[in-house]
Amino acid sequence: MSRFHVFVENLKMVPGAFWNSFFRHGPPTTDRTRAETVFHNVFLHIHPARVHRWSLKPALSLGLGVMASASYIILALTGILLMLYYKPSTTLAYESIKDIHFVVPTGRFVRNLHRWGAHLMVITVILHMSRVFFTSSYKSSRQFNWVVGLLLLALTLMLSFTGYLLPWDQVAYWAITICANIAQSPREITDALNITHFFDPGGMAKTILIGGSEVGEDALIRFNMLHCIVLPLALSAVLCVHFWRIRKDGGLARPDDADQELGTPPEGEKPLFTQSPQKTYGLMAFVRGSSPRVGKGPENTLPAWPHLFYAELAIFMITIVITLAISLWMDAPLKELANPLVPENPAKAPWYFLGLQELVSYSAFMGGIGVPLVALLGLFLIPYLDREKTAEGRWFAAPGEKEVTLKSLFFGLTTVILLEAFAITCGWLRSWFPGIPTLIVTLINPGSVLTLLYALWSVHVLRKTGSMRLGAVAIFTCFLAGFLVLTIIAVQFRGPNWDFYWWPSLWPHH
Amino acid sequence: MSEPLDKPVKRRDFLGIAAFGTFLIASATACFGIVRLFLPKVSPELSRRFEIGEPQGFLLNEVKVPVGRSVYVFHDKNGFYAISAKCTHLGCIVSYGPHGFSCPCHGSRFASDGRVVSGSAPKALDWYAISLAPNGQLVVDKGKTVKNGTFFNV
Repeated sequence: MSRFHVFVENLKMVPGAFWNSFFRHGPPTTDRTRAETVFHNVFLHIHPARVHRWSLKPALSLGLGVMASASYIILALTGILLMLYYKPSTTLAYESIKDIHFVVPTGRFVRNLHRWGAHLMVITVILHMSRVFFTSSYKSSRQFNWVVGLLLLALTLMLSFTGYLLPWDQVAYWAITICANIAQSPREITDALNITHFFDPGGMAKTILIGGSEVGEDALIRFNMLHCIVLPLALSAVLCVHFWRIRKDGGLARPDDADQELGTPPEGEKPLFTQSPQKTYGLMAFVRGSSPRVGKGPENTLPAWPHLFYAELAIFMITIVITLAISLWMDAPLKELANPLVPENPAKAPWYFLGLQELVSYSAFMGGIGVPLVALLGLFLIPYLDREKTAEGRWFAAPGEKEVTLKSLFFGLTTVILLEAFAITCGWLRSWFPGIPTLIVTLINPGSVLTLLYALWSVHVLRKTGSMRLGAVAIFTCFLAGFLVLTIIAVQFRGPNWDFYWWPSLWPHH
Repeated sequence: MSEPLDKPVKRRDFLGIAAFGTFLIASATACFGIVRLFLPKVSPELSRRFEIGEPQGFLLNEVKVPVGRSVYVFHDKNGFYAISAKCTHLGCIVSYGPHGFSCPCHGSRFASDGRVVSGSAPKALDWYAISLAPNGQLVVDKGKTVKNGTFFNV
């Protein structure tokens, strides 16, 4: 055979050889190649090679985590497209957003996707956290992944917050001005103690955040850099850790009797691990917890390819359909150009911060820093304080949990509504004692009182039931109820001067 | 402490701990130093000192709002004084009316001299220093706050 002939033969084989070098395993038709599909691929190997049938139950996870990640992917892609035309400068930013909206082909649609995708991501992240909580999925080996999830929640909110300034319109400017001054609000304390001159963490935080004393060019550049580079990189990295930990923890949380309850898989759900495997997968040896054990017959796991990936793909498509539908139906808002001399009235932050803004209207420090920090600390402590071995991986599974959840929901809603109704109709400390020192208003205001009442309720439940899990359920349910009611009040019922109005049509006109 | 304090540290351990400690101290110093990068010394904002016109240009009991400065300048029988229009709660611009100042963002209200009347503002509105420049112009310095009730007389 001539050398030329060999060359031609090799050339003919290039597509096949390239394909084989790329995948290095056969088509995913056997258990073995299906597993190889997953762990020979750097992107897929964040998943497990095999997934327990319990994890695939739609009613367990509701697909919320995947939906949040899917909206993050949509946001990353549309964000890159928007960066082509967005110009981070006080003189050009607003015009470039208008260009994107009115001139750039498909620009308005891409911006809509980005805006509504961000809302969807915040909603699904909060719902996902609630799902993990109410299915007791943060226990035993999964404690740290709950903390990683909290970090992701914080990063998601920071991404939304930094993105809010970029259009440089009136809402953006005044919402960020308010938030920058919240960062400065530790001065409420240092001023009251008369030590601001020596020790000014508030002023320093504000300057680091916006690079000056007022929101301007430097603030826009810093926020743009955080929004487009630092935070997405951080979130992507932490998200990988989050996924990887799920795999290392043996999939989603499931009760010990999951196998009995699931029973033998139906005929259609083939192929399963063979009854007497010729070879076991070495990587399973490192999986802790209720991992597949030797000598237990069918392990009730299915290959991730295709079962898990089909499920994920389906949720990804649902997410895309939702964002597409909203984006075709509604345009992302854009107010007038930012004017540093005339505040937007009312100047409302994005809805997920409005609950805090409602508290901020009573005390900047307590509402903007004190209560959120206490809430985050409480959420962080939950898996470390509640070490009870109650049924994981089931909704409301601890004894008496449903009852405590309903009672706490009732308590949480009543408390926040009564407290708000009282503060709105009767005013607060300063309305009765005009000369009262600021420090007292900072310490005693609806935000801190509400937090205290919720904490007391949780302690009460804890003492009555003697169960840490139920105590955690009490405070978490109250937290959700408070968040919900405060957000609704601030979104719907707050008008100019942050006064209470039953309906926006009752707002006074200038 | 269960271990005796005079137990000798092995040389290898000592060097290891010393090396790691040096690394930590160097890193901490570097981080502490670089924090200064985030705190600009010069900002592109407007100058905090600005002229507001000659004293003769003010009528008695007149209130002037220098364009783009977020400050109210008053002239009454006590003299001149300048009050910041920036709410001490969260930095919105307050508006001035017959009953004093009110903030549109979270409803704080201030008396005509800037004292907090109601709402969540932690302290009174700032009073800024006023001086007379050699060219006969009144100058407000937003970098310099003065006590409530400090009037400037020409």
